[in-house]
Amino acid sequence: MPPGKSTIASDVDSLFNFILYGSTVLFLIVVIGMIYFVVKYRAKEKDKLTSGVSHNLKLELLWSIIPTILVIIVFFWGFRVYLKMYVPPRDAYEIKVTGQRWSWVFDYPNGATTIGELNVPRGKPVKLLISSKDVIHSFYIPDFRIKMDALPNRYTVTWFEAPEPGGHNLFCAEYCGTSHSGMIGRVNVLGEREFNDWLESSASFGEGLSLEDYGEQLFTQKACVTCHNINGKAHTGPPLNGIYNVKINMADGSLVLSDENYIRESILNPQAKIVAGYQPVMPTFQGILNDRQIDALVAYIKSLEKK
Amino acid sequence: MSTAQANYLQYPKGLKSWLFTLDHKRIGIMYLAAIMAFFLLGGLLAMIIRLELFTPGEDFIGADTYNQMFTLHGAIMIFLFIIPSIPAALGNFVLPQMLGAKDVAFPRLNLASWYVYILGSLFALYSIFSKAVDTGWTFYTPYSTESQTAVISMTLGVFILGFSSIFTGMNFIVTIHKLRAPGMTWYKMPLFVWGLYATAIIQVLATPVLAITLVLLIMERAFGIGIFDPAMGGDPVLYQHFFWFYSHPAVYIMILPGMGIISELISTFSHKKIFGYKAIAFSSLAIALVSFLVWGHHMFTSGQSELAATIFSFLTFMVGIPSGIKVFNWLATMYKGQIRLDTPMLYALSFLFLFTIGGLTGIFLGALAVDVHLHDTYFIVAHFHYVMMGGTVMAFLGGIHFWWPKMFGRMYSEAWAKISVALIFVGFNMTFFTQFILGSKGMPRRYYNYLDQYQPLHAFSSIGSWILGLGFLVMVIYLLMSLKNGKKAPANPWGSLTMEWETQSPPIPENFPGNPVLTHGPYDYDKVLVERG
Repeated sequence: MPPGKSTIASDVDSLFNFILYGSTVLFLIVVIGMIYFVVKYRAKEKDKLTSGVSHNLKLELLWSIIPTILVIIVFFWGFRVYLKMYVPPRDAYEIKVTGQRWSWVFDYPNGATTIGELNVPRGKPVKLLISSKDVIHSFYIPDFRIKMDALPNRYTVTWFEAPEPGGHNLFCAEYCGTSHSGMIGRVNVLGEREFNDWLESSASFGEGLSLEDYGEQLFTQKACVTCHNINGKAHTGPPLNGIYNVKINMADGSLVLSDENYIRESILNPQAKIVAGYQPVMPTFQGILNDRQIDALVAYIKSLEKK
Repeated sequence: MSTAQANYLQYPKGLKSWLFTLDHKRIGIMYLAAIMAFFLLGGLLAMIIRLELFTPGEDFIGADTYNQMFTLHGAIMIFLFIIPSIPAALGNFVLPQMLGAKDVAFPRLNLASWYVYILGSLFALYSIFSKAVDTGWTFYTPYSTESQTAVISMTLGVFILGFSSIFTGMNFIVTIHKLRAPGMTWYKMPLFVWGLYATAIIQVLATPVLAITLVLLIMERAFGIGIFDPAMGGDPVLYQHFFWFYSHPAVYIMILPGMGIISELISTFSHKKIFGYKAIAFSSLAIALVSFLVWGHHMFTSGQSELAATIFSFLTFMVGIPSGIKVFNWLATMYKGQIRLDTPMLYALSFLFLFTIGGLTGIFLGALAVDVHLHDTYFIVAHFHYVMMGGTVMAFLGGIHFWWPKMFGRMYSEAWAKISVALIFVGFNMTFFTQFILGSKGMPRRYYNYLDQYQPLHAFSSIGSWILGLGFLVMVIYLLMSLKNGKKAPANPWGSLTMEWETQSPPIPENFPGNPVLTHGPYDYDKVLVERG
């Protein structure tokens, strides 16, 4: 098991270890018994009649009842920890999680939005309200021992509390297509001051940065980089360098000039025009990006040279 | 029992006599050939997958190709290989002989089931060569409703394969009830027959549910009738319930006949009466019944209600107990026996070793809180490979090596066979034990790419897969060689007491000259002594 970094992790790990030790003992009984019998009763001569023992009630009851008791213990233990895992404390800080192909979107109570990165305060229970925009995903943080499916037609809930600052991996655990294995995010556990500072600044929308620099920041932050390369190589989506002010072949056979409005449309309404050779799989960023952020991304994409 | 009579392989002659044969032995051999071809295909896909996973990032296939490969690997191995493997190939060949019958109850239905199987597999193959499915073998909605690939032909193929499975199941139930030799009471049937009986019950009862589910999925894709896709007002979790209502019992369709084979092998090669005959027989039936009530343990993190998850968790533990009882019974059978380590016994011992690991790791997954962490990781992948491959496939291979002399009248090279078992055993553990560790460290399954921290374990697992592959290659070679150059097999090379060994190898078309009568129980090694040979 990876080091546990949430309050629930130690409960899960002690049950895991209990089962591990218990089943190792049972496994050794079976395997050592098997090897011992093979060595001891290895046929040495021509076949002869062997003992006709067909059953032994006491022995059979013994090996039926002991494992039954053991698994009932495991059941109740697993059940108690499970309940703890799924009942969030009342004062929990609530974050909305949305899964979409192939990134995670997080909405904070003050209106801030992040993609691919979840920032949380340490030492405070965080409740996650999870759903999906398209197919089923599964929200999985191994270090916290939590996992919950993201469904397109209902909300699911899970929660955690991380006692120490640090960074953790976030995986999608339910197969969702081409870039399923690229749907990896980071969870940053921040100190309370740090977290509050971040929350405030995240509402400032890149003040003090040039549009181009801010766009470069957003390109990673908003997970464009999961599907688009800037080195001319195809990924899930087309590469975005050197595409400004050229004519591009579309899947329907038409030729489109890629100007500012085309780029803007492709961000807000990605299904409107599909580049030839690619699938119509990009989610819309309508409502996720504000005008300044779109301006910044357009400026950044314009600045990318052909390689 | 002279060898003067023409055996079933020699008479009648000609391709037509095979294609229209009603002989259960020939149908069994035809199944065996088809199934092994798909096993080879599925295995090659697995080798490609492991090779790609040797390092993170793209090695030689792209993400979409990778997704298609693991989907096809799963679908082929489950629907075209494991489910029919033991019942349709070995069961068909052995069952009537074990009962002292001349054929199954409905020989024409039996032949039809083979053709239905071939038809279904053609649909599945079509979907591979047109636009290979990329949904995972579970076809989860709404992904499968939206996927651009040939989902319909694959699911239609699986739908058709289901009928083949039902035909075989019905045939076996009637055969077991009606065609036992005089003297063979229920408690004198070999345990492999009990295993097939329990399997047949599940096949007949559960397969229709899968068929209905797949038809609903096809209707949704083809006609836009909203059942599972929320965009059309459906519920994707409903699909999961339907799917696992079949597919969990299907796990027991795969393992129960394997357990039956293991009972035969351990008793024969320990030369000892089976310990706890009734316990083994009834635990098969118990597993068959309870297996219908545990499907929800595939869905602990799916958002189903906590109460449902709790009940499913409890029932899951209960279904594990009968399997544990069987393991102890097999062990006790070896006590004070006369153990011979011929190849089939080595497979049986491998089964005990691997299946015990497979079963015990199931306890981790049944425990709710631990499953939340392990669900959909490599831990699951390792667990079901230990049960399905370490369990069913080991039993299947043990069965093939056990009945090979009866099927083809030839002995294979014992030395090469032992080398092959050793390679398979070592390669298997290297490949899949590693994946338990990967999974507990949080490596999710169905990942084309992965973080660098998992690389050493992935590489080790891939190297294991090469050893495993080499073991199978050796097996294919010496088995095929034995058909040409193998020593002639005697009627009863293992000194076994079940009825199929009382006739010549290979048997005559009617199995037995005249009507055989049961003279001793299948495991009376305390009363009857039969020479090996």
